[in-house]
Amino acid sequence: MYAFDYHRPKSLRQAVNLLAKVEDAKLLAGGHTLLPTMKQRLAAPANIIDLNGIAELAGIERKGRAVVIGAMTRHADVAESPIVQEAIPALAELADQIGDPQVRNRGTIGGSIANNDPAADYPAACIALGATIITNKRKVPAEEFFTGLFETALEEGEIITRVSFPLPSKAAYMKFPNPASRYALVGVFVAKRGAEVRVAVTGAGADGVFRVGAMEEALKARFSPKSLEGIKVPSKGLNSDIHADADYRAHLIGVMARRAVANATGKA
Amino acid sequence: MATVSMTVNGKHVSADVEPRTLLVQFLREHLRLTGTHVGCDTSQCGACVVHLDGRAVKSCTTLALTCDGAEVVTIEGLAKDGRLHPMQEAFRDNHGLQCGFCTPGMIMSAIDIVRRKGHDLDEHTIREELEGNICRCTGYHNIVRAVAAGAQAMKGGEPLKKAAE
Ligand SMILES: Cc1cc2nc3c(=O)[nH]c(=O)nc-3n(C[C@H](O)[C@H](O)[C@H](O)COP(=O)(O)OP(=O)(O)OC[C@H]3O[C@@H](n4cnc5c(N)ncnc54)[C@H](O)[C@@H]3O)c2cc1C
Ligand code: FES
Ligand code: FES
Repeated sequence: MYAFDYHRPKSLRQAVNLLAKVEDAKLLAGGHTLLPTMKQRLAAPANIIDLNGIAELAGIERKGRAVVIGAMTRHADVAESPIVQEAIPALAELADQIGDPQVRNRGTIGGSIANNDPAADYPAACIALGATIITNKRKVPAEEFFTGLFETALEEGEIITRVSFPLPSKAAYMKFPNPASRYALVGVFVAKRGAEVRVAVTGAGADGVFRVGAMEEALKARFSPKSLEGIKVPSKGLNSDIHADADYRAHLIGVMARRAVANATGKA
Repeated sequence: MATVSMTVNGKHVSADVEPRTLLVQFLREHLRLTGTHVGCDTSQCGACVVHLDGRAVKSCTTLALTCDGAEVVTIEGLAKDGRLHPMQEAFRDNHGLQCGFCTPGMIMSAIDIVRRKGHDLDEHTIREELEGNICRCTGYHNIVRAVAAGAQAMKGGEPLKKAAE
């Protein structure tokens, strides 16, 4: 890891000012993506702005028909939160499947979303549940936030402060983890809210998280695993690597989606 | 250089470090607490696990400076008054180690499992919860037995410190 200067702001406002002032800065949240990347010298920021001293960025609250989670909230805290478990159990279950216990004790929702790893879990939940990503500057619908491989709509000087998840009437996440890394080989988040149904897939897309329109239409007509029978996801545009080729990933999307719907309707 | 202060195994420590110093380097190289190991340095193996404000974390993937003001417990901080911690004792009794390289991390993780999941742990739970700890020797069988026995032995001990919010 190359040398850098370290800053530890105590408030969001201080962090925003620092980010505007110091050159070549990176925000540090849980560090479970950034520090490994810096060790490999794939990133070498001149300045690190550590968000760990900013209490206002962590926490979970129920706000009307939504659950709002602070950017610095650790995966373990989302998994164990009685508020999340009651309002959106699928989201608590998703958080509980990220990496391993030590990763969950450090990693944060803000860091995961900002990073937009194509195999990360949270992006699928954000898209399927129709979340809003709240920054120090604006509110961005999840749909517009994830823009490609490790790419997001975040601009210079922008810090994620919170993520707001509207409550679904039914939802479930099914993940086929890579047995070594625990990242998703394929993960499917299915959510129903009113007449709207969304199916979001992570781990498979070469450009990151995406929706499966054909499945959503079928599920709108009837929300049942049976509705998905026969629907094939094209393997074009899916990842192929030593862990799984595109055809296998396409197949897994179907399997995981059916299981997710079964789980969401309580027929798992 | 920057100054970092924290409590390690109940003692207040303070030192000037380079900002890029990892918690594990601080523990091993500055404090000479070499019980915390580095197996992979890529956040996979769990040999470096310590407790940070009551929670198990990989100290190879945490900056020392991030821990300013925090409370850290390492494997050296578990034994009290010359007596091993019940989880350490359980690893010895159940032959839960061979070369011992992974053991400090296993034990720190095991105590965190008890904090979160309680004292009555079935085999499946233990295996799932040890996801972040790799052992190259034992085949895990005796580690799983040791964790179950250690969790039982910790009953009636001092209440586990709740992780800081
Ligand atoms: C062994 C291992 C297994 C893992 N398995 C999984 C898995 O199964 N599923 C999964 O989804 N993830 C997995 N992860 C990744 C883990 O969830 C990371 O913690 C997460 O991706 C990044 O979050 P972080 O808080 O650690 O962020 P950091 O590493 O601190 O930061 C990541 C990036 O986000 C930026 N950033 C951080 N916070 C903000 C903010 N508030 N606003 C704007 N930008 C910000 C940083 O500048 C940096 O560029 C794994 C990681 C490890 C080490
Ligand atoms: S040395 Fe930290 S996880 Fe392997
Ligand atoms: S006892 Fe040798 S690595 Fe676990």
